[in-house]
Amino acid sequence: MTIPPPDTNHPAGPVEAGAPADLLAAESQAEELKMRDVEGLSQGQIVRRRFFRHRGAVVAMIVLGAVILLAFTSVGFGNWTGWWKHTPLQTGNVTGTGAQPTLSLPTWLGGDGFVWGDHPFGRDESGRDVFARVMKGTQTSLIVMFIVGIVSTVIGVIVGALAGYFGGRLDRFLMRVTDLVITIPVLVLGAVLGALAAGKNSAFLLAIFLGLASWTTLARLVRGDFLTLREREFVDAARVAGASSRRIIFKHMLPNSIGVIIVNQTLLMSTAILLETALSFVGLGITYPNISLGQLINQYQEAFATRPWLFWWPGLFIVVIALCVNFIGDGLRDAFDPRQRRIPSQRALRRAERKAAARAESAAAADSTVGASGKETT
Amino acid sequence: MLRFISRRLGMGALILLISSFLMYLLVNVSIRPMEDLEQSTARNKEQLIADRIEQLDLNTNVVIRYFKWLGNFFTGDFGVAWRSSQSVNDQLGSAMISTLQLVSAAAVLAIFLGVAVGIISALRQYTTFDYLITFLSFLLYSLPAFWVAVLLKRWGALRFNDFLRDPALTALAIAGISAALGIVWMLALGGALKRRLINFVGAGTVTALVLFYLQATNWWTSPKIDPVLIAVLGSGVAVATTLLSTGLRNRRSLGTAFSAVALGLALYVPMQYLLYYVQMNWWIITGLALVALASGAGLGRLWGGPDWRQSARTGAITAFGVAALIFLDQVMSYWGQYLAHPTISNRPIATVGDRTPNLVQSVQEADKFWLGTIDQYTHLLLPTVALMLISFASYTRYARSSMLEVLNQDYIRTARAKGLTERTVIMRHGFRNSLIPLATIVPLDIVALFGGAIITEQVFGRPGMGQMFIKSLHNAEIEPIMAYLMVTALLAVLANIIADLIYAALDPRIRVTA
Repeated sequence: MTIPPPDTNHPAGPVEAGAPADLLAAESQAEELKMRDVEGLSQGQIVRRRFFRHRGAVVAMIVLGAVILLAFTSVGFGNWTGWWKHTPLQTGNVTGTGAQPTLSLPTWLGGDGFVWGDHPFGRDESGRDVFARVMKGTQTSLIVMFIVGIVSTVIGVIVGALAGYFGGRLDRFLMRVTDLVITIPVLVLGAVLGALAAGKNSAFLLAIFLGLASWTTLARLVRGDFLTLREREFVDAARVAGASSRRIIFKHMLPNSIGVIIVNQTLLMSTAILLETALSFVGLGITYPNISLGQLINQYQEAFATRPWLFWWPGLFIVVIALCVNFIGDGLRDAFDPRQRRIPSQRALRRAERKAAARAESAAAADSTVGASGKETT
Repeated sequence: MLRFISRRLGMGALILLISSFLMYLLVNVSIRPMEDLEQSTARNKEQLIADRIEQLDLNTNVVIRYFKWLGNFFTGDFGVAWRSSQSVNDQLGSAMISTLQLVSAAAVLAIFLGVAVGIISALRQYTTFDYLITFLSFLLYSLPAFWVAVLLKRWGALRFNDFLRDPALTALAIAGISAALGIVWMLALGGALKRRLINFVGAGTVTALVLFYLQATNWWTSPKIDPVLIAVLGSGVAVATTLLSTGLRNRRSLGTAFSAVALGLALYVPMQYLLYYVQMNWWIITGLALVALASGAGLGRLWGGPDWRQSARTGAITAFGVAALIFLDQVMSYWGQYLAHPTISNRPIATVGDRTPNLVQSVQEADKFWLGTIDQYTHLLLPTVALMLISFASYTRYARSSMLEVLNQDYIRTARAKGLTERTVIMRHGFRNSLIPLATIVPLDIVALFGGAIITEQVFGRPGMGQMFIKSLHNAEIEPIMAYLMVTALLAVLANIIADLIYAALDPRIRVTA
């Protein structure tokens, strides 16, 4: 429970009321609101409602959706070529200022009219279209991000659940294995595994390897959660009813720790995309002819002075994706946290107070026969 | 306790052993030492391949090779990097120093700034400042380290060096910076509208005055802190330290702090002679810093009173601050000479390496230490910033949430209820307790920084451990890779044990059981 810090310069409202009474009223009001908020809703509905109230997370989700849509439809995927007229590998001739980006901002943003143009992000030194390349790189980085998330979730949940549920020798063994993986920083382990994947040059392989390196945090969290869940009555009830261990783990306990898992994995995915791009940047992840955002930056960093757009766009896309994922993770954390309450800001409290006071006043004015209201303001 | 430590150390050694075995197998699979030969068109290709197999002992089973490596490792021999035929021990020695410089500078700065900003953000929860910091930390968290590093290198360094060639801020720039800083201070301090306005105008004016002063005295090209500035800044340190540690009401504490400043000023001229005539090195500097701490504490003891320990603490911190200012002044006095040196030629912010080649060798014996210090600083600046940003963001988040957690505890309400000042509640009861969970994160985070240093060192071409690791991975040399992995794994194991011990030492609710 949070009590707002005593506000010394409390604005004297038109109605005579002591600060403590105000506080109490505000608190009981908040309590009441909270109860009304969640009345008759399932956990999923509560979480969804809370998530959609987090403005940053909703915006982030829309932006991320747009980025995914843009990346996959523009240059296509697999055999499909997409709607964009250039392909990432097709070269062209670069003469004069032909490599300049043709994208220009609308006039109200200081540009000279919005033009998408032939090469919105410009072209590189061999005339390849940077927009197509960045889109392809975004695709790779997104795919790696999701696969890392899936692989590490599966391993982390299984290891954590087994360790937490069965305890004893199995727990000790699994936790020692986790310690073993933790001794090597993820970036270093990723580099070694990335070097292994670079030989095969496959984004899928790299992603699976990175997933194998980054499940440890989740395993520890799930184990901790399961250790407490194991002692709860509903698990005993299920066991008495004759449920198998597998059923108890997956049907009864796992849904209870789904919050921890989702939140942690979302945040992990944002580090996964940074990890993949970092590895590709040092030449240990995705390598030519495959394209990833990190590899693009590595390839173009020398051209910074002459063709800065080669450097800006891939970096911008990494930042946007990671930022969106982080914000979604933050929204999810707020949504799943049972202790989380929306605490109205001081300003909102005061506004509510003023409104209540105004209402009281108008009620008093209407009830003029009694005329008991202490202060009359015109 | 001893049993716990020895048990954990034994366990750690076992984990190290197993992890080294697994990593040896893994590295062995991932590197391809024959790649260049397989693609070669030399006529004696077969012969070359056979030679290399012979050289690297590749016909022996990898497990047996591991045990050979392990045997050498136990005798303290990390082997030889076969491509350069350089001893790994030599490589590791110099690389470790370079990395330690970078990581420790970044870690100290990130902890200090991150915790301070996080605590303020927690105290001003749900205000504009809080939202601003939250967004900023998310943004920093989402920035790819290598992108920032390349940006700093190709843009920041260039611009700053260009600026130093003709250091003149326009009036507009000064106004902009002052207004921005004014807004930050206003939001950070908060309060009613009038307070906010005063803070905004005050902070903005001070910033503008400072910038004008720097401009007028040509500070950018010949920086110095003369005794007047030492007095002003030292008094600031004294007031701030006293305010935070004991409160300004404690006169003995305030007196101690100001007498420490006075002592520093009195010693300013003698120190100039000492620093000029004695050939300096880092041992003497450390010794002097300890002397400063001790004399500050001594002053606190002399001021006496029942709570002399608090005064001693305040005095020690202030004395250290003043001593650091005197040291900085001395370093700055060599700035002109550094700029004018032919290897620098007025572009001081470096982007590659960890020292300027042939700089230290070419100057007089007496100047070596000071110019070397400046040189290390200019090389450390950008990598440290690049490395620091990310852990700064995470420390801010941790400090904020841990402070909020503590402020919601019952003992904070008790402290407030029994009439303690807000300062005592925040600093004694809140801040100290909020550091407990942080203390357990710091060791692990420093290990993570070691991993992050790989990228930063790569971009800035610092010859540190990370670069050694990447280079060896590309060169398919297993010995330096294994040396790097062993060092990081050892650090991680130690960090875990230290984190547990710190936790047990700080939080009496935790009992260490063997």
